[in-house]
Amino acid sequence: MKNFTYTRATSVKEAVQKATADNQAIFIAGGTNLIDRLKVFLDEPSQLIDISRLEMKRIERLSNGGLRIGALVSNTAVADNADVRRDYPILVRAILSGASQQIRNVATVGGNLLQRTRCPYYYDTAFPCNKRQPGQGCPAATGINRMHAILGASDQCVAVNPSDMNVALAALDAVVEVAGPKGQRQIPFIEFHRLPGNTPQRDTNLEPGELITSVILPPVSFAKSGVYLKLRDRTSYAFALVSVAAAVELAGDRIKNVRLAMGGLAHKPWRPTEAEKFLIGKPADSSTFQQAAEIALQQAKPLSHNAYKVELAKRAIRRALTVSSKGGGVV
Amino acid sequence: MEHGKKGRGKTSRRGFLGQALTVAGTAIAAPSLLNQSSNAKDNLETAEGNMKVTLNVNGKQQSLTIEPRVTLLDALRDRLGLVGSKKGCDHGQCGACTVLVDGERVYSCLALAVMQEDKEIVTIEGLAKGDTLHPLQTAFIENDGFQCGYCTPGQICASVALLDEIKRGCASVVTPDLTRPPQLAELSEAEIKERLSGNLCRCSAYNGIVAAVQQAAGQKAPSPLADLMLSEPEETLT
Ligand SMILES: Cc1cc2nc3c(=O)[nH]c(=O)nc-3n(C[C@H](O)[C@H](O)[C@H](O)COP(=O)(O)OP(=O)(O)OC[C@H]3O[C@@H](n4cnc5c(N)ncnc54)[C@H](O)[C@@H]3O)c2cc1C
Ligand code: SF4
Ligand code: FES
Ligand code: FES
Repeated sequence: MKNFTYTRATSVKEAVQKATADNQAIFIAGGTNLIDRLKVFLDEPSQLIDISRLEMKRIERLSNGGLRIGALVSNTAVADNADVRRDYPILVRAILSGASQQIRNVATVGGNLLQRTRCPYYYDTAFPCNKRQPGQGCPAATGINRMHAILGASDQCVAVNPSDMNVALAALDAVVEVAGPKGQRQIPFIEFHRLPGNTPQRDTNLEPGELITSVILPPVSFAKSGVYLKLRDRTSYAFALVSVAAAVELAGDRIKNVRLAMGGLAHKPWRPTEAEKFLIGKPADSSTFQQAAEIALQQAKPLSHNAYKVELAKRAIRRALTVSSKGGGVV
Repeated sequence: MEHGKKGRGKTSRRGFLGQALTVAGTAIAAPSLLNQSSNAKDNLETAEGNMKVTLNVNGKQQSLTIEPRVTLLDALRDRLGLVGSKKGCDHGQCGACTVLVDGERVYSCLALAVMQEDKEIVTIEGLAKGDTLHPLQTAFIENDGFQCGYCTPGQICASVALLDEIKRGCASVVTPDLTRPPQLAELSEAEIKERLSGNLCRCSAYNGIVAAVQQAAGQKAPSPLADLMLSEPEETLT
């Protein structure tokens, strides 16, 4: 990695000021994604602003029954929190399926939201890449793209968002709280990440200098039945090829409420709202789940090497909905 | 944070030496060559500024003057001479560099040394008490949990942390009921394997490693050989 100066922020305000004053500066929290990127020269900041000692390490109960999770809470601490385990198993399972204990101990909530794609062409600076340098071209679009997107991609970029936590947060309708040069604001989770369009270099709608301070989990009574199914090349310590977060609430044998989100398929966590709408009021059986899966993948545009993801995603949706409608647990 | 103003040249050279060794991947490069390149590099680096850092490693306070980009792994190995922690992938994928920071296992290759001040770092060198091995070190020996040994320090550090995590009630993705995480005595093979999946071993010493963790968890460890024989169909045994 290239050298940089290092400063330790002592308050959110100071961190934002420093980042606003130097557009070559970059925040570091756990560092498990950023240091990796620095080592292969994907990022070459002039300055690292260490935010890891700021006071954003608490999980608080909100008066409406939801939770606020500080941006610096480690992935391990979220997964070990008794309230999160009881109310949002969907999030706990998603986190525990990601990376390894060594990484989860250090990885933070804010950093997990902002980890960048694992597209191998993006990682290898011998290749051109629009995400690194807009206008260079996208070798993945015509190259080996078995890991890449089948939904929402553009001809500029076919990368997927690699985070598991993001998929659970999308299903839970989380809200991201940020502090920036213009003050604080809240961003609904599903609007936080972007599709590549003509600006594949931008993963999110964060503005320059903005810092994630926390994530809010609204109360969802039926989140307890939530499941997370992650399919990958090996059974542990690998990124998802396809993943599904699902939570189903039944009234009798009919579906009263449902949440569905998918990972490994798009540039952002994917919420198939049409499939969700279809499911409401239907009997919770395999024919319903199959139809919902068809709807969720209707817009799929597979690339030369990843047509398998369409069928894999449909089966994953069916399985996740089936297990969740029976009360949840290990998928 | 104060920027070291004295003796920059000297530490920069050592900094570069560490980098050069890493890039070459081995220590075969001729010393004269290294000296030449590092002289050239010295002038560049003085402009960028080193930092003074104090690390608490295995109970000892260690003062270093280093560039902010030095990882904890490079600081341990190249500056403090603690070469037990290994550099495998250098990208958080193999576990060979695993150390304990404030009691939790981390990959030292994905941690900057300057960010570790005021934290307690324990490496493989810090696990034994004098000549008395840590119970997991003993268990690894007794269950043959290594072949070439390169991954072993990281595997042992990870296993030490694993048992601690069980005592603290951490769940894993294979834990059936999140509200009832496993106890030491009932720690299943599936749990051990999932929880050690962040450590890779090219020699596949995995059976011995699982057995070592079982033994240290107070379970009866099947010897790896017994395990293998039990899983073979009977005809092949006769
Ligand atoms: C081998 C390996 C396997 C992995 N497997 C998985 C997996 O299966 N699933 C998965 O989901 N993840 C996986 N990960 C990724 C891991 O989860 C992320 O690296 C981690 O979550 C990043 O968090 P961090 O705190 O270390 O972020 P950092 O590396 O510190 O930061 C990441 C980015 O976020 C920015 N940032 C951090 N915090 C904030 C904040 N509060 N506000 C604004 N910007 C901020 C930084 O500037 C940086 O650009 C894996 C990583 C590795 C190395
Ligand atoms: S898919 Fe996106 S990240 Fe990958 S090479 Fe193409 S532009 Fe770059
Ligand atoms: S050297 Fe750190 S994980 Fe491989
Ligand atoms: S003992 Fe050789 S790599 Fe594990």
